[in-house]
Amino acid sequence: MKYVDEFRNAEIARAVAAEIAALTDPHRHYKIMEVCGGHTHTIYRHGIKDLLPDQIELVHGPGCPVCVLPMGRVDEGIEIAERPEVIFTCFGDMMRVPGSKGNLLEVKAQGADIRMVYSPLDALRIARDNPDREVVFYAIGFETTAPSTALTLQRAKKEGIENISVFCNHVTIVPPVRALLDSPDLRLDAFIGPGHVSTVIGCRPYEFMPKDYGKPCVVAGFEPLDLLQSILMLMRQLDEGRCEVENQYGRVVLWEGNLQALKSMAEVFELRPYFEWRGLGFIAQSALKISPAYAAFDAELRYSTPGVRVADPKACQCGEVLKGVLKPHECRVFGTACTPDHPLGALMVSSEGACAAYYNFGRKSFQKVGARE
Amino acid sequence: MCLGIPGRIVEILDEDLMLAKAEVGGVRRNINIGLVHYADERVEAGDWVLIHVGFAMSKLNEAEAHSTLQALEEIGEAYEQELEELRTSQIE
Ligand code: SF4
Repeated sequence: MKYVDEFRNAEIARAVAAEIAALTDPHRHYKIMEVCGGHTHTIYRHGIKDLLPDQIELVHGPGCPVCVLPMGRVDEGIEIAERPEVIFTCFGDMMRVPGSKGNLLEVKAQGADIRMVYSPLDALRIARDNPDREVVFYAIGFETTAPSTALTLQRAKKEGIENISVFCNHVTIVPPVRALLDSPDLRLDAFIGPGHVSTVIGCRPYEFMPKDYGKPCVVAGFEPLDLLQSILMLMRQLDEGRCEVENQYGRVVLWEGNLQALKSMAEVFELRPYFEWRGLGFIAQSALKISPAYAAFDAELRYSTPGVRVADPKACQCGEVLKGVLKPHECRVFGTACTPDHPLGALMVSSEGACAAYYNFGRKSFQKVGARE
Repeated sequence: MCLGIPGRIVEILDEDLMLAKAEVGGVRRNINIGLVHYADERVEAGDWVLIHVGFAMSKLNEAEAHSTLQALEEIGEAYEQELEELRTSQIE
């Protein structure tokens, strides 16, 4: 319990950890998946694992938006960025994500006009300031980020700004979790539901976990104590034989979500029949595309993006790590050919990526517990 | 980009464009409040909101805002990077 003293509320943390330990059946192995990459980061950053009994294993989920993008989509973004008439805009996280022939940072160094933006509204401002250029925004993210793209396009339409389009790579959180539950590779006992995604979609979309699969789910905030408390709530459910969706992050997440965000998303997006996920393959209705009403802003229609599939480099095991089948350090190139300075896979780039979090914070506790994993 | 950062509304700039000025991490930037300022929902100067890529996602009470800020400071690098990107923002 070395790390517990670093908690702001060390006393509460200690009490929660003790109650988790008391509820743990020594003869059982518990696999709890944290769906969201932000949670993965907190877990490593604060050594949450070291506060839990050996019987509880935390499995990292697919909730890191840059990590799950298949390489083909990265390549297509780069191709658009290389067009001379285009000002390509994206979040900082995307710049170093490896495509099959390099990343956006390298293409920028070769002269492409690529600009990092904090918000899609910054991309819109760039479009307004450069009426003779074509601005493309590389949209990524789960339901946390999708409403911001939707509101930005609603505003572009209202203002009649025509020189902006969106290369839409928004994905949805429920279908990949369902795919993981259907996969025979992984037996999970319970889920820590994402916090910020749930401010938008609410808690109801997770009801299929208890209903269809008999797995409890607790929506969690992202402070270390939130995670511990959520694990305790899950352990209580498992102990009492209850199985439901609970909301630990009620101070921010409303059960019904953000209705305005959902309304804007419904107007600007529609579900893709299927979308490819790195490591998980094609998943039905798991991503968003621009709706017909906003087709004029769809970069996929403005530029040809043929949807070529590109296989990951052979040495990479990002897929297995994304599925929770391998721990980051079990990838054969982890820390050798693949490091944050020279990432082979996106999981090593983003701060929400399991490999980067593990590389930066997790190795110490790994050495300590060694073979336990 | 997945971090939500608490900020405090300084001034509502334009209710039609849903723009407000907010103080976030020591700087003042414009943000969109369309997701917290609709139907019966309202924000006004002094309110805390959770900001994600330039959009207020939800209202926070003051205690929650402070505890979130403290947790973000403990995260360190990822928070610093997010703030740095925010400083470049010039939403109009
Ligand atoms: S170590 Fe690198 S190659 Fe291996 S899974 Fe992680 S990001 Fe992918």
